[in-house]
Amino acid sequence: MAKRIDVSGLSAYYGSVRAIEDISLTVEPRTVTAFIGPSGCGKSTVLRTLNRMHEVIPGTRVEGKVMLDDVDLYGAGIDPVAVRRTIGMVFQRPNPFPTMSIYENVAAGLRLNGVRGKSDTDGIVEQSLRGANLWNEVKDRLNKPGMGLSGGQQQRLCIARAIAVSPDVLLMDEPCSALDPISTLAIEDLIAQLKNEYTIVIVTHNMQQAARVSDRTAFFNIEGTGKPGKLIEIDDTPRIFANPSQRATEDYITGRFG
Amino acid sequence: MSSDTPPVLAEPEGQAPEPVRARSALTEKAGLGDRAFAGSARAAAVFILVIMAAIAGFLIYQAVNAISQDKVNFLTSFAWDPDGNNTNGVPTFGIAAIAWGTLVTSVVGVLLGAPVAIGVALFITQYVPRKLGSFFGYIVDLLAAVPSVVYGLWGLLVLDRHMSGVSKLIEDVLGWIPMFKTNGTYGSSMFTAGVVLAIMILPIVAAISREIYKQTPREQIEAAYALGATKWEMIRLAVLPYGRSGVTSAVILGFGRALGETIAVAMVLTTVPGLVTRILQPGGNTIAANIAVQFGEAFTTGRQALIASGLVLFLMTLIVNYVARLVIRRSTNKAGA
Ligand SMILES: Nc1ncnc2c1ncn2[C@@H]1O[C@H](COP(=O)(O)OP(=O)(O)O)[C@@H](O)[C@H]1O
Ligand SMILES: [Mg+2]
Repeated sequence: MAKRIDVSGLSAYYGSVRAIEDISLTVEPRTVTAFIGPSGCGKSTVLRTLNRMHEVIPGTRVEGKVMLDDVDLYGAGIDPVAVRRTIGMVFQRPNPFPTMSIYENVAAGLRLNGVRGKSDTDGIVEQSLRGANLWNEVKDRLNKPGMGLSGGQQQRLCIARAIAVSPDVLLMDEPCSALDPISTLAIEDLIAQLKNEYTIVIVTHNMQQAARVSDRTAFFNIEGTGKPGKLIEIDDTPRIFANPSQRATEDYITGRFG
Repeated sequence: MSSDTPPVLAEPEGQAPEPVRARSALTEKAGLGDRAFAGSARAAAVFILVIMAAIAGFLIYQAVNAISQDKVNFLTSFAWDPDGNNTNGVPTFGIAAIAWGTLVTSVVGVLLGAPVAIGVALFITQYVPRKLGSFFGYIVDLLAAVPSVVYGLWGLLVLDRHMSGVSKLIEDVLGWIPMFKTNGTYGSSMFTAGVVLAIMILPIVAAISREIYKQTPREQIEAAYALGATKWEMIRLAVLPYGRSGVTSAVILGFGRALGETIAVAMVLTTVPGLVTRILQPGGNTIAANIAVQFGEAFTTGRQALIASGLVLFLMTLIVNYVARLVIRRSTNKAGA
C-alpha cells in the first residue's frame, strides 16, 4: 500500500558534524524518485533518515520532520523498529545473510513479523521471489545458501527479502553500483515493475540510470568539504535532464563538475 | 593525461635488458647470511622434534610399563592403588573413575561458564557504548590473569560454604535424577569444582567471543535492522550466526582448559576412592588433580601409573580438539560455498 513521503526542514548529524541541512521534498506514492549528486553530498544520509536507519549509527541525530502519509516518523511514541518494517531498504553491496539459505533469507523478515505457518511462508517466499524476478532462477535450489548466487541475483534476493514483509516504501542506495551491466538492467526492469505497488526512492551515481528509471529526480550538492549537503532542486526527471532551473544542476548533469 | 605518460611505458620495445645479467641474477646463490639462518633454523627444528620424540617415547615406555603390571583392567577399573598400598604390593589401578570425574567437572564448568561468557561478550560488544565496553573487556581480561591457585583457594574457602544452599535447592528440584541425589551432605563436590572451573574458563571464552562478535560485518547488522529487527533480533540474525564457528571453538578451548585444570580442582574436591556419580555431595576426582595430589607420595609404579593417566588426559584433549575442528569445518562449509 504505497504511501507518500513528505520531508520538511530535515537536518542530520554525525556527532556534531551536520551532514545534511534543511532538506524539504515530497515523494508521491507509486513513483520512483532518484537522488543524484556528487559523492559525499548526503544522498545516503537523507535516504537513511527516511526509515530511521540513520540513528543505528551511534552518536547520530536528526532534526525536522518526515511524514509518511499523516504519520510523523520522528514523532513521539513512534517505534523506529516499526518504521523499518514499513519502509524497506536495499543496500549498495548485496548483503544476504551468509549462513541462511535462499528461502530463509526471504523468510527472515516474515519471522520477525510473526508469520509462522509453513504454507503461509512458502506462499510469500514464492511471491516475493517472483516479484524480484528471481523465482525461475532459484526455484530448484531454495535450500542452497544465498551466498552461492551471483552478485546480481544476490541483490534481487535482497529485494525479495525487503518486499516479503509488504513495505509501503522501498529505499535503494546505489543498488546497482556493485553489479555488472546485465544485472543492472535486470534490476532496472524490476524497479519499473515494483513501481506499480511501491513508493520507491533510489540513490544513484549513474545519471543514465536516473533518467531511465525515475519519474522525479532530486539533485543534492555540497559547497565544500565539511559543509552540509543541500537539496538544490527536485523536479520531473525529463525536466531535470533537459531544462533544470538551477545552474548547478545543469553543470553537474552536463559533466562540468562532480 | 596521455602526454604525461612516461616514455618508458609508452615504448615497450625500448632497450631490452642484457640477457647475461638477467640470467646471473636468477642463478645467483643465496648469501652466506641466508644459508646460515636456514641451516640454524633447520637444526633447531630437528633438535626440537628429537627432544619431543624422546619425551614421548619416555612417557609411553613408563606408561606401558605400569599398565603391564596392573592386575585389573586399566580402562575400566575404578580403583587407584598402583603401589599396592592396600593389596600387599599388587598394583591395582584404572582410569575410569578419574576420567569420569574429569569429564563431569569439565562439562559442568562449560555448561555453566560458556553461556555466561557468551552473554558477557554480547553485552560488551552490543549493549554498552564502545568506551564502557572496552573497560569491561579489560576487567574480563584481568580475570584471565588470576593464577589458578587463587581460584582454588577462593573455591575452597569462600564459594564452597555458599554451595550447600544451591546444591540443596538443586537436589530438591532434580533429586529424582540419580546424579543429583545426595547423602545429605553438600560441598567439596564435583559440582563445586565445576563452578570454579566455569569461573576459570569464563574470561578466555568471553575474550575470544568478544573479539569475534566485534567483527560482525556492518552490512549484516544493517541488513537485520533494515528488516525491522529489534536489537535482540538483530543479534540473532547477524551477530550469532557470524560468530557461531568461532565461538564454538572458543567454548571447546575452554572445555580443554577445564579438562586439564589441576590445582583449583585438587583444592576444592574431597577425594574418595572409587567412582562417584553423585555430583552434589563430597567426593570425586579428576586426572589432573589426582596427579597433583598423588605424585609426591607415589613410588615407581605409582609414578608410572600417573604418567599413564596423564597420557589418557592428553588423548582426551586431542579428541576434544579434533571434534571441535569437525564442528567448525561443518558449520563453515554450510556458510560458504
Ligand atoms: N558513519 C558516518 N560517520 C561520520 N560521517 C559520515 C558517516 N557516513 C557519512 N558521513 C558523512 O556524511 C556526509 C554525507 O555522506 P553520504 O550521505 O554517505 O553521502 P553520499 O551518499 O551522497 O555519497 C559525508 O561528508 C560523509 O563523510
Ligand atoms: Mg552514498
